[in-house]
Amino acid sequence: MALASEVHALAGEPEVLPGLRAGKVAVWWFLASETMVFGGLIASALVVRLGGEGWHEASAHLGVTLAAVNTLILLTSSLTVVQAFAAAARGDRASTSLSLALTVAGGLAFLALKAVEYTTEVRAGYTPASGIFWSFYYAMTGLHALHVAAGVVVNAVLLVAGRLRTPQRVELAGLYWHFVDVVWIFLFPLLYLS
Amino acid sequence: MGQGAVVVTTARAHGPAQSWVSRVFSTDHKTIGKQYLALGVFWAVVGGLLAGAMRWQLAWPDGRVPGLGEIGPDTYNMLVTMHGTIMVFFVAMPILLGAFGNFLIPLMIGARDMAFPRLNMLSVWTFALASLVLLASFFVPGGAASAGWTAYPPLSARPDYSGVEWGLNLWILALALEFASFLMGGVNYLTTAMALRAPGMTFFRLPMLVWQQLTAATLFLLSVGPLIAGAVMLLLDRTLGTGFYAPELGGDPLLWQHLFWFFGHPEVYVIFLPALGIVLEILPVFSRKPLFAYRWIVWATVTAGALSFVVWAHHMFQSGMDPRLAMPFSVTTILISVPFAFIVFCMIATLWGGALRFDPPMLWALGFLTMFIVGGLTGIFNGSAPADIYLRNTYFVVAHFHYTLFSAVVFGGFAGLYFWFPKMFGRLLPARLGTLHFWLTLVAFNVTFFPMHHLGLAGMVRRIANPLQYDLLVPYQWVNVVATLGALGLLGAQVAFVAAVVQALITGRRAPANPWEANTLEWAAPSPPLHLNWGARVPIVHRGPYEYSRPDQPTDWLPQHAAAAPAGR
Repeated sequence: MALASEVHALAGEPEVLPGLRAGKVAVWWFLASETMVFGGLIASALVVRLGGEGWHEASAHLGVTLAAVNTLILLTSSLTVVQAFAAAARGDRASTSLSLALTVAGGLAFLALKAVEYTTEVRAGYTPASGIFWSFYYAMTGLHALHVAAGVVVNAVLLVAGRLRTPQRVELAGLYWHFVDVVWIFLFPLLYLS
Repeated sequence: MGQGAVVVTTARAHGPAQSWVSRVFSTDHKTIGKQYLALGVFWAVVGGLLAGAMRWQLAWPDGRVPGLGEIGPDTYNMLVTMHGTIMVFFVAMPILLGAFGNFLIPLMIGARDMAFPRLNMLSVWTFALASLVLLASFFVPGGAASAGWTAYPPLSARPDYSGVEWGLNLWILALALEFASFLMGGVNYLTTAMALRAPGMTFFRLPMLVWQQLTAATLFLLSVGPLIAGAVMLLLDRTLGTGFYAPELGGDPLLWQHLFWFFGHPEVYVIFLPALGIVLEILPVFSRKPLFAYRWIVWATVTAGALSFVVWAHHMFQSGMDPRLAMPFSVTTILISVPFAFIVFCMIATLWGGALRFDPPMLWALGFLTMFIVGGLTGIFNGSAPADIYLRNTYFVVAHFHYTLFSAVVFGGFAGLYFWFPKMFGRLLPARLGTLHFWLTLVAFNVTFFPMHHLGLAGMVRRIANPLQYDLLVPYQWVNVVATLGALGLLGAQVAFVAAVVQALITGRRAPANPWEANTLEWAAPSPPLHLNWGARVPIVHRGPYEYSRPDQPTDWLPQHAAAAPAGR
């Protein structure tokens, strides 16, 4: 980051748009493009579903209870990441670490439960090739799980590498983590409650 | 504090200890721009030779193509596919966005580098990796992808349909890496332009090239997502046996076409707008006049960008989609020609009454303008569904496409190269070779592509390896021969460019900071600019970028950073 901060420090002059931090602008643009990735998947699923049949029956084979617990875990981790930012902003390092650790734990728990779900479904004979619902189910939740894993890595880096941990970075990691949560809020009803 | 930092950094970057490692793995936006340029030029040679092979085959289908021997339909399919893929994703994007965007955006807005220099480096190396993967795909068993550059399923969704297993998988991987690279680049461009402008550089003082690059980056960021999703689905269909595009499993092949063209149509503007930006920079400089209707061009660009998201199904009039969709998409398609026609008129109005200078950059810019008008006019035929039903998939469409995108990539690209070469490499390109290069290219381009309108109307469809197999096309074979001779001339004409560059780099005159007497900030930096671009202080911007021939000034140009001469001289 030395170089990036050099470039910014060298610019030196007052910002054209006050309060506009490069990192935040970049994360928002990144999330906008990510929205379109999941938006494309979700729109595809909706369109294919409207023109097809058998979705409701296939969806009934999913374990709603486990997924609901998972939803709860993921949403709670969104709370802890906000607490991490609040703690970092007031300079409370211990509290920041605790909240980040809880966030990472939440993400790992989500992935573990997701793995249990996948195992159960594959054992019951529902693989990605079992039909269009299952194709979408595995692709959407799989891509989402990859995003959760990426968020866990980012939060874990902030947790472990205290030198890198600034309030701004915690905030940016939190923005991404919220995005991952919001995507799940769309996927959960679309796949499990249909 | 800022001052001290400058001294330290410039000393580090230009000290004698600088190794080749730090030159190659550079985070400097100018080096990264040149790296994109080098990769793009490499692929342009490959893509051009593939096109040459295709044209040779079409003119003399029963003979042997030099270097490749006899070409069957399978090889021809591969040539078509890889030519399209390479030219759009590995030539147009790295040169027009990667090279010009990286090199010019920070210089033009008065920044010292991109907002995220290391992300920028990651972006170019990701693109290099994508290039390597695509190159490797030529050499895997089964050959490179051959399902068309649009990769329509079911042909692309099952390896046994096209006979290509790994080639197409690597094709998807190469595109995925390329998209990742340009996503990083796009985020960087937008952030840089929003957060790092020099003092006084308001949005409406931005050079037009920056506006066009930013609109292109926005279009790319917001349109590529669905195709990434679609590409993931295609790869899963090919490898895991999912059924996204397989009707027998409940999927739909048309889904791919929607996802592809939702990206594909904005993509042509992602390529076109940066080229338009280059030409919009050049016209005022060589007309010695302000750009006509600056703000309205900005609004027209933004309008066209927004409209580009709702035109995609004009690629699918006959795909089997609901025919009721044809009408609305015809309307939006023809509507999008309004802002572009407006911009073309603004370009002509900029030239009107100007003191024109016909240096090579201006010639290429005018070539862009005239050729694009031809392409724009044929676009109206293609855009209206009733005409398109007859024109679809014929060489008329090929001609239209090349008049728009060839004019953007080649005429726009060369306009930019001739214009900014002195800034990039510190040498002046020889004007006479540049002029020769332009006229040869212009003539050969028209000899190649104008006859294709005729071939298309005569019924010749795309992607056929041997036109002589069709009785209706036999009388038109001479047209194919003419087009091929044009294509060979087009390839040959580029020798003039190579000669110009070699001459410039070996014996060329050193370029002054501002050889064209232009106003934008990049001409305030030395040629080539140093690391971190500006000396101790970034320039301060006092005015818009196109204040040429102001009656109250002693010179006919007034740079953005210069203090104006006192009024009443």
